[in-house]
Amino acid sequence: MTEVFQQLINGLALGAIYGLIALGYTMVYGVLRFINFAHGDVFMLGAFAGYYFAPLVNRFLPAQSYFGGALVLVLAMVVCALIGMLIEFLAYRPLRNRPKLTVLITAIGVSLFIEYTCQHAAVFGAAPRKFPDLIPATTWHIGGLVIASSQVIVLVTTLILLIALRFIVQKTKVGTAMRAVSFNEQAAVLMGVNINRIISFTFGLGSALAAAGGILYAMNYSSIEPLMGVQTGLKAFVAAVVGGIGNLPGAALGGLILGIVETFAGGIPGLSNYRDGIAFAILILILLFRPSGLLGKPQVEKV
Amino acid sequence: MTSFLAIAVSGCNKPAGEAPNSTGPIKVGQFASLTGKEATFGTSSDEGTTMAIEEINAAGGVLGRKLQLLTEDTQSKPGEPATVVNKLIARDGVVAILGEVASSRSLEAAPICQQSKIPMISPSSTNPKVTEVGDYIFRVCFIDPFQGTVMANFATKTLNAKKVAVFTDAKSDYSKGLAKFFKEKFVANGGTITVELDYNGGDKDFKAQLTAIKAANPDAVFVPGYYTDAALICVQAKQLGLAVPFMGGDGWESEKLVEIGQDAVEGQYFSTHYHPDVGSERSKQFLQNYRRRWKDKTPDALAACAYDSVIVLAEALKRAGTTDGPKVRDALAATKNFPAVTGNITIDEHRDASKAAVILQVKDGKYKYLETVAP
Repeated sequence: MTEVFQQLINGLALGAIYGLIALGYTMVYGVLRFINFAHGDVFMLGAFAGYYFAPLVNRFLPAQSYFGGALVLVLAMVVCALIGMLIEFLAYRPLRNRPKLTVLITAIGVSLFIEYTCQHAAVFGAAPRKFPDLIPATTWHIGGLVIASSQVIVLVTTLILLIALRFIVQKTKVGTAMRAVSFNEQAAVLMGVNINRIISFTFGLGSALAAAGGILYAMNYSSIEPLMGVQTGLKAFVAAVVGGIGNLPGAALGGLILGIVETFAGGIPGLSNYRDGIAFAILILILLFRPSGLLGKPQVEKV
Repeated sequence: MTSFLAIAVSGCNKPAGEAPNSTGPIKVGQFASLTGKEATFGTSSDEGTTMAIEEINAAGGVLGRKLQLLTEDTQSKPGEPATVVNKLIARDGVVAILGEVASSRSLEAAPICQQSKIPMISPSSTNPKVTEVGDYIFRVCFIDPFQGTVMANFATKTLNAKKVAVFTDAKSDYSKGLAKFFKEKFVANGGTITVELDYNGGDKDFKAQLTAIKAANPDAVFVPGYYTDAALICVQAKQLGLAVPFMGGDGWESEKLVEIGQDAVEGQYFSTHYHPDVGSERSKQFLQNYRRRWKDKTPDALAACAYDSVIVLAEALKRAGTTDGPKVRDALAATKNFPAVTGNITIDEHRDASKAAVILQVKDGKYKYLETVAP
């Protein structure tokens, strides 16, 4: 029984990170109707930003403090928000009026460009690195359960970011504009919404969440490398689809389901090697019965 | 049309290796994982190889000619070895191939060398399948049936372990082979394998499997993987409160193990080919020269094995008296009691070297020598 709860904790921490990344996929899909495949690489850049900011922050704040960790997190989120906006400005904006397929292929190109540039020895190099300990590494023992401080931080941070995101999207002017663009781009323009600004903001917001995911992932699993975003990004994309792409709570829910299923599959002898396969198979099952995702609304095709 | 094609094809089909009576340097090809997940394997091997070639050239070379080393990077990725070894043989015309450390990547290159009749010497691939590819494939290290036995006996006798969990990299031939031989011997010793789990090399999250391992309550855990994964496994095991000894094979040997694993790898054990503290006069000499050549760096087993692969090849070239592939092959196969850095090398009928293994323990971030196990 302890094992089940322990796996649940492991799975929740992993799923929360998937959820954070999935939010970025889902938001961009909501306003632009295309999948930003470079999103997983922004996640990786977030982890590396944390790697480089940590020693800088430690100069004036004690190493391994919660406050220092939070500062590193915020700095990485800001850097990645700028990177996300830059990617949109350079790669996607010139293609705004082209077929969606063109933009999709460009996104794959951007993703490969980031991955292979970062693997060059002059940038990060391909070798994995140890991620610095940002927060005090404590573990709490409750019964037979072991909960690491990093796992608690992952869950708490994700919750805070989700609430903040919900506030931005539902209560602020820019959030209202985002929703307007996602409903009907042309009508939004007629109402005086600056489309370019809103799309840029969406990319910034999504990339900041990916950066937060990157830092939390690196904190929890302690090593980073330039290709860490490939598999994780793919899983987060699937999480977004399962939750119902375009739907924000759906992305978070999809992430949690994926993380938990994957973790339970990983703990079964004989099946542990197929954990990704089992997770994806269950997702296919969900999509068979709910093709637009768990929380997505079925779209009626009008002729 | 068919005959025309046949002629066109055969016209390009020049024999591999160099033209007879060539002068100039003898080209030796090396493929190594200089970057990527197992980058320290390639870097160490390359340092050992380079130093050996420099020493041989300083002493006048082989057959009156200098040796020229051509190195290609496999980026620790599948697919790359075939590409780069093809290039070394077809375009550069090397007379022999040295490499790799990882068995999966050696296994990829071996059929190409075999087909081109270019001898290949793997410095430290321990999976038995590597040299089974064909009679042109050699190695200068022990193989996993021996290494697995060594660690199984160590678990039974020294650690007094009755129940061991095995955690294997399902993507790696090396890991699967070593796990199999370890299990066979450990069960024969009267022990039980409580639980067997798999991961995929390059994974970051091992907590799911480690939680299951912890629930099985083993006395020790055997992780026959490579250093990056092994270090992360130890770190996450510590986070989960799984405080039993972890053991590994020669895939653990890298300074990165300690860099990533830090205090979580402290006290863990692994087997490998060589340790600078023990060995013959030859290996003491090697240690001194290596430190002088590579800025006081202490050689690891992979550097020593790579060095040995070059001196074994040079010796065979001398005995063959030519760079002709089949003759060099015969000379390599006849290597007997050759004094090398990692011990005396005799190539057996399976083209493997039968040598002793050493068991090391991580102590204060360094590798401490524990014992030598003779075959």
